[in-house]
Amino acid sequence: MRLPGDSPPPHAEEPSAGRGLEARNASSPLLEARAVTRSFGGGGGWFGAARPALVAVDRVSFALRPGETLGIVGESGSGKSTLARMLVGLLQPSAGAVALDGETLDLGRSGDRRRLQRRVQMVFQDPASAMNPRKTVGASVEAPMIGLKGWDAARRKARVAELFTRVGLAPGHAGRHPHEFSGGQLQRIGVARALAAEPAIVVLDEPVSALDVSVQAQVLALLRELRDGSGLSLVFVSHDLAVVEALCDRVMVMRRGRVVEEGACRTVLAAPREEYTCELVDAARRLAA
Amino acid sequence: MSVLARLLRQPFAVAGLALVLGFVALALAAPFLPLLDPNATEPANRLAAPGAAGHLLGTDQLGRDILARLIFGLRVSLAVGVAATLAAALVGGIIGLVAAFYGRWVDGALMRLVDVLMAFPYLLLALAVVAALGPGLTNAALAIAIVNVPFFARAVRGQALGIVRRDYVAAARLAGFSDLRILVSEVLPNVAPLLIVTAATTIGWMILETAGLSFLGLGAQPPQADLGSMLGDGRKVVAAAPHVAAAPGVVVFVLVVGLNLLGDGLRDALDPRMKGAETGVPQPATRVERGRAASGTLGHEASGALANSVLDVRALSTAFATPRGSFPAIRDVSFALRAGEALGIVGESGSGKSVTALSLARLAPTPPGTIVSGEVRIGGDDVLDLSLDALRRLRGDRIAYVFQDPLTTLNPLMRIDAQIVEAIRPGPGEGAKALRARARALMADVGLPDPGRIARAYPHELSGGQRQRVGVAMALANAPDVLIADEPTTALDATTQGRILELFARIRRERGAALIFVSHDVGVVAHLCDRIAVMYAGEIVEEGPARAVAERPLHPYAARLIACAPQLGQPDKPLAPIPGAPPAIDARPDGCAFAPRCDHAIDACRAGPIPLEDAGDDRRVRCIRWRELLGEAA
Ligand SMILES: Nc1ncnc2c1ncn2[C@@H]1O[C@H](COP(=O)(O)OP(=O)(O)OP(=O)(O)O)[C@@H](O)[C@H]1O
Ligand code: SF4
Ligand SMILES: [Mg+2]
Repeated sequence: MRLPGDSPPPHAEEPSAGRGLEARNASSPLLEARAVTRSFGGGGGWFGAARPALVAVDRVSFALRPGETLGIVGESGSGKSTLARMLVGLLQPSAGAVALDGETLDLGRSGDRRRLQRRVQMVFQDPASAMNPRKTVGASVEAPMIGLKGWDAARRKARVAELFTRVGLAPGHAGRHPHEFSGGQLQRIGVARALAAEPAIVVLDEPVSALDVSVQAQVLALLRELRDGSGLSLVFVSHDLAVVEALCDRVMVMRRGRVVEEGACRTVLAAPREEYTCELVDAARRLAA
Repeated sequence: MSVLARLLRQPFAVAGLALVLGFVALALAAPFLPLLDPNATEPANRLAAPGAAGHLLGTDQLGRDILARLIFGLRVSLAVGVAATLAAALVGGIIGLVAAFYGRWVDGALMRLVDVLMAFPYLLLALAVVAALGPGLTNAALAIAIVNVPFFARAVRGQALGIVRRDYVAAARLAGFSDLRILVSEVLPNVAPLLIVTAATTIGWMILETAGLSFLGLGAQPPQADLGSMLGDGRKVVAAAPHVAAAPGVVVFVLVVGLNLLGDGLRDALDPRMKGAETGVPQPATRVERGRAASGTLGHEASGALANSVLDVRALSTAFATPRGSFPAIRDVSFALRAGEALGIVGESGSGKSVTALSLARLAPTPPGTIVSGEVRIGGDDVLDLSLDALRRLRGDRIAYVFQDPLTTLNPLMRIDAQIVEAIRPGPGEGAKALRARARALMADVGLPDPGRIARAYPHELSGGQRQRVGVAMALANAPDVLIADEPTTALDATTQGRILELFARIRRERGAALIFVSHDVGVVAHLCDRIAVMYAGEIVEEGPARAVAERPLHPYAARLIACAPQLGQPDKPLAPIPGAPPAIDARPDGCAFAPRCDHAIDACRAGPIPLEDAGDDRRVRCIRWRELLGEAA
């Protein structure tokens, strides 16, 4: 079903809206946004006239398949982060819904949020703010294993060591505190935490924007490895087209809360159809030239 | 350094600590000391003077031993003060945490309640509570605790509000933690220092307030002694026997002073800004101590003085004090700029780009920074020799800065036009009206849309790109010769970034200002600048015409830096990260600083300092193997 003003037809085929078992074959969507909308503020003020609400995300729909890497691009204020936070249940949509394995979730209910978080985890933009300064980084990485998996201490410890190795850090570093790490190392620990509870999808909100080029390359190399080696699906939010192109299969261009264009990443960025995408690509090309 | 060590460095805090520990020891030891029964009356020996037989401090109007009453009274007052403080901290802390965590109506309701409590004069409120519950020490303590809850609630809420917005709290939610668990394991540990400080600085007052209630006869009931009731007893006979009131008065005074000294010391010790090796008042200009001259030898002469340069930097070195000594963050930085020329400085985080930029107008923070060698010549003057007054005139007039996010430098409470007007140095006889007109002209000049509306706006009402234009307008206010922009577009998306870069290009063309543009994005710098300087570990390792350096870097570090940036249109570019990390300023290797990470390093690279060598075509490079490597590549 398509609403008027809904996102334009994607280059890829329409996701099946099937439910239940038959929806769980390889090509059916893992995670879907179904006309997700989120507005902030507004409503009746106590004094004076009601303020109009700001619609940060406006009827966005997409489907993410297993192993797929979806890039979300757009300028600042286009609603990328708001959308990302709804995909992991940190924010509730004002209208529309997020669906997992074909089933619509009610993110107002903690049970549904939990179901979502068992499958979908997140990596944040600012690695320094994403780690509790008073906890060891090992404890931060362990948290999802406690809260979502209920694993015992021995199993958690083994998994932390495995994850640290996987993101290129010595397992012994788990006992240190965040201030002992550089931004790039902290961001890799952030990735380790997102992987801790064995999710199927990781949503990354501008994970390399706070890092400088050389450190960014370290994190991108890790993400490429995850993409190729583990069948994980990634949702990668960024304003940097070159980074998105280096990592993603598909791209979705957002502007003022709406999807303006969606399709295979290389096709869209090499030959954009929409005027706004052209603008973005031109601006990025001019800088690179 | 630990909190205790930092506490012990403060003489007043140590004095406070000694006093408080002494009083606490006395109070704890009271039952074991050879004291008389504090409540035993001896009517025959009333109002004995201090020093009377068996009564060191004399007796009161019932003939009770004042020393015994004082020490037992101290015990009671301390216990009540501590209990009331703990109760207030617990309840206030919970209110503050819950209000900040749940926000919205929970916050509104709780804070309204706290405001109501705070609106009453505290003594009146305490009196009302005691009146309702009846007099007695427990009720007095309860009243004092209730009266102090708002202080704790407000302080904790303020701090917690900042913490609940942190991403690690969101991460804990995603980890499936319950609200209670998040509050206890993520938020509480981060507000605990504040809670401790608030408790330490209020406990003195709470003891005084409890004493006040006892003094009025609403706290400790006879015959029990606390410091307040003893003062009350003493007041009745103050004319005949002043010592009865004086003894508890002195103890209360000294105790409260001690507690407050300790509390203030603790607050300073827990302040993270006190952690540095060197503490002291920030100075208006970086300290210059060019004692060790002649450090500017390496590659300095290679840079040669440039004819008609507006800015000429020679062998500039700035050191920072660290707990392990003073180490240079930048060393031997030399470059020159002609009018209208643009130099891009690139390098990894911590390579010294910002320290270089800031040192030019002596803006690097002192403490801990010191400029230890070099010259910065602007139009003939050496900036490092200028008086503070001359330096102030120089900043803004001849050299001006644009920073990464002007939100941190703009005054949040001032309208945009007022801030721009403030940046303009008025010409002779130029009135407010003329200044405002100039501000408008500047705003139009930097391409702010609708200057009329934006002039009346506050900084938070503008977008990132608009704020950056305001920052540029302020920097241009006095038509500086040199404009220094430190990562002015890093926080912006590509579209906005492109527009701001166009603005910089236009300013150069039209105003002929020289530009120093700091960035870690080689692409951006090559796009905008005539020349590029690549910095590593505080040194310029390569310098030359922008296009040539970006397309054919000579230094292995510059080559790796360019290779690891993704490029639009090349999705399969390998993006080989540079292994390892740059050295900290106190762990810089001898010889080539890049050697530990360089694929081409040989023993000779580690042997000693590498000079910045002239490589022809107006290029310079700090690598002993650049010629060989160039041959290999060709
Ligand atoms: N106030 C300070 N006290 C001590 N060391 C400092 C101080 N400021 C900077 N440093 C040190 O000086 C070196 C250079 O820092 P600088 O800020 O110039 O780097 P940068 O190249 O601007 O990095 P970025 O890209 O992160 O802005 C770093 O090693 C840094 O740790
Ligand atoms: S001097 Fe040696 S270690 Fe340094 S960059 Fe050149 S080759 Fe590498
Ligand atoms: Mg910097």
